[in-house]
Amino acid sequence: MKFPEPRGPITSTLFRALACTPGSDEGSAAVDELRLLAARHLTASADIIGDDDVQLALFCLYELHYSGLEGINDEWEWEPGLIQVRRLIERPFEAALRAAAASASASAAESVTLPPAGELTSDAVADILFGLAASDTGPSVSRFVAKKATLDQVKEFLIHKSIYQLKEADPHTWAIPRLTGRPKAALVEIQADEYGGGRPERMHSALFARTMRGLGMEDRYGAYVDAVPAVSLAAVNMMSLFGLNRRLRGAITGHLAIYEMTSSQPNRLYGNGFRRHGFDADVTHYFDEHVEADAVHEQIAGRDLAGGLVEAEPGLLTDVLFGAAAAMAIDGRLSAHLLASWENGMTSLRAAVPAAA
Amino acid sequence: MNQEPAESSIVVCPDGPLIVRGDFEIVTPSGDPVPRQRQTVALCRCGASAIKPYCDGTHKMIKFRTEPPAG
Repeated sequence: MKFPEPRGPITSTLFRALACTPGSDEGSAAVDELRLLAARHLTASADIIGDDDVQLALFCLYELHYSGLEGINDEWEWEPGLIQVRRLIERPFEAALRAAAASASASAAESVTLPPAGELTSDAVADILFGLAASDTGPSVSRFVAKKATLDQVKEFLIHKSIYQLKEADPHTWAIPRLTGRPKAALVEIQADEYGGGRPERMHSALFARTMRGLGMEDRYGAYVDAVPAVSLAAVNMMSLFGLNRRLRGAITGHLAIYEMTSSQPNRLYGNGFRRHGFDADVTHYFDEHVEADAVHEQIAGRDLAGGLVEAEPGLLTDVLFGAAAAMAIDGRLSAHLLASWENGMTSLRAAVPAAA
Repeated sequence: MNQEPAESSIVVCPDGPLIVRGDFEIVTPSGDPVPRQRQTVALCRCGASAIKPYCDGTHKMIKFRTEPPAG
């Protein structure tokens, strides 16, 4: 990925460090400075999920483990000072996600009485997750896109989604070696489908890139990072947090299950929105594909992946539900931002994006 | 009954579709293949899918139930 523009002292210090050689005096000094700066800033940050400087820094720190950042030395990926900074940010970020998840699932929890986790079958876990997904009464971006969104607004929608969808499925793949048996087989089956079943042009990330090209947009990974607000980055950072920490393997499976369970019908509506603007199957294929794929995946993810994991490790139920509720909470916050912007005739992006015009 | 695991399996999902996995083909009554994009498929069981024979998740909206009501 290309370096984004810094959004404050943390990202500018981080980018200054990454331009150095890992282990060099200059690089180490910048990392020391970064650590102090981050520690000081995090105690004062009232809303870490909405903090642009913090979310972009975390996004770039995680990106070292994915596509990397252009022009830097890849040794930075495991440089202990940067891992320390990542953990400094992760701790309060996880706490904020747990708080958001708790309030998101509070209303749903009233209708679900949980038996002791040790007695839960995989069917029961799937049932709880489907119940949680159905309790989502948040604002609907999909209905807005289907019926009302202007061409500029559907492009904005793609820009927000592109931060994840151009590397779709990658954060959940981290969980594969952390699982065994039934949940592992389930995750591999879903991921094989996400990655096109052996056909690169059918990879979901490739289908999304095709949609973007169909609207004349830039399909290079990370091309629009500068345009999106903190909450759009937080949605992807949440997946990386869950995927890259073994102790959160329950949360990443819960995240995937709820993501699939809240996807089929919205994707049908997204497709309708693009058809309304006169786009054909070349553009809508990504959405049409997800209507069918996610109806398969939600069953496997709910029952065999999340349910199978809880059967094997009952203690992980709480984290499975945390991952699911956190996904809904962050998605709800992003949806509220999009709709509030659009209904007031404003852009949902940080600044006008020439390439999307 | 054969004790070897079968080549294919059908998972009957509570209140949901049939997940078909393994080695099989989906054909029309005259034997023509039904377009299929994936190895494992979910077949509509509630009758309300817009992409039959495949499931599109509509069963959740119409509160489709596979168990008879209690009592």
